[in-house]
Amino acid sequence: MCLGIPGKIVDIYEANSLPMGRVDYGGIIKEVCLAYVPEARPGDYVIVHVGFAINRLDEAEALATLEVLNEVGDMARELGLEADLPPGVLA
Amino acid sequence: MKYVEEYRDPAQVQKLLGEIRAAATRRWTLMEICGGQTHAIMRHGLDELLGEAVELVHGPGCPVCVTPLEMIDQALAIAARPGVIFASYGDMLRVPGSGKDLLTVRAEGGDVRVVYSPLDAVKLAQANPDRQVVFFAIGFETTGPANAMAVVQAKALGLNNFSMLVSHVCVPPAIEAILSSPVSRVQAFLTAGHVSAVMGYWEYPPLVEQYHVPMVVTGFEPVDLLRGIRAAVRQLEAGRAETENAYARAVTLDGNLPAQAVLRRVFEACDRQWRGIGLIPMSGWRLTPEFAAYDAGQRFAVTGIITRESTVCIAGQILQGLKKPHDCPLFANQCTPATPLGATMVSSEGACAAYYRYRRFVPQTAPENVHV
Repeated sequence: MCLGIPGKIVDIYEANSLPMGRVDYGGIIKEVCLAYVPEARPGDYVIVHVGFAINRLDEAEALATLEVLNEVGDMARELGLEADLPPGVLA
Repeated sequence: MKYVEEYRDPAQVQKLLGEIRAAATRRWTLMEICGGQTHAIMRHGLDELLGEAVELVHGPGCPVCVTPLEMIDQALAIAARPGVIFASYGDMLRVPGSGKDLLTVRAEGGDVRVVYSPLDAVKLAQANPDRQVVFFAIGFETTGPANAMAVVQAKALGLNNFSMLVSHVCVPPAIEAILSSPVSRVQAFLTAGHVSAVMGYWEYPPLVEQYHVPMVVTGFEPVDLLRGIRAAVRQLEAGRAETENAYARAVTLDGNLPAQAVLRRVFEACDRQWRGIGLIPMSGWRLTPEFAAYDAGQRFAVTGIITRESTVCIAGQILQGLKKPHDCPLFANQCTPATPLGATMVSSEGACAAYYRYRRFVPQTAPENVHV
């Protein structure tokens, strides 16, 4: 019920005076209320709870997180700190 | 899918695990607040992978688990009335009240409907002008904006046949209740990322300062969870206690201001009973006077409720991180998802359901004198 799922806004329209949109979750498309993300545009990613987008994902922060992780990972490898796990254990 | 797959990357996960193990000089006890996080941890096996470095205990962030028994009994009574359409999130239907659940009420002839969004309940009221539609507005700050908009919309549309049974709960007072408990073992918190997406995380620094416990805003994918855990472990190892945001793509300090504006208009803080835990002061929301006419509790004054809680279920202790599901002698034998004795076995966010689904049937033992 309260699990938030990221999805991509396909289009935006109005229904019952509320801004609504169709959101694509990797192929499954559902109608979502966009009243709380007035800045969102088609193509943006939002996190949806019970049919409402509660925020717009910040692309720059998302990329920054992954880049920092890659750098830290490189450093960990340099220092021989990589976890000794069977390959694909989390795949 | 973008924003999901890259945060499930096994190579990233292994790197983070290595860093956490390298940083931990002892086994730290962390609590993830949100039941969604509990399920993600079990699903991806993070608890087992972290075994010796970190113990994860599971918090009260399962909305249907903490909805008070009296409120469920009230829902059962309203849903059984003729002329009522009772709309609820699906998770709630099998949560045991005193004797029965909403599914049983439906089998006995009550008109109980599952809705995905609260706006679906408003649509039911529009489509059924001769019936009373009652929506069971439960949840944490994540469902708050959606539930609030339903009643705003009902008012705007002039729907007199719509009302809500409100049982909202809030995360920060629950964290404070756990922190102030003399038996709490929690050394750091992974706070619920999507609660902070709505509310921001400005409420945490005063708690961090008062209790000197690290709080890390944490997401839901394996990489997000491990980033949160790494931040918490590094703080603990350094003897620091700070509020940190490890979920910056979704969370800002201030949160979602348009949502908060609607929440302030629709809801006001109130004391709230948490099932299995007890009363936590100012930990809930009820409707403000502007929307009091839409309060199903007043519209359908239900009297004579005598609650009967299970005498064997230990959900309350599980929700406070004091016990784990496999500590319960009934777990996975008398109590299963098909025959739940408590809400934590029902909900897709309940710890017992997660332990059952991902087969954590026996306690994980930490070796003596752990050196990682």
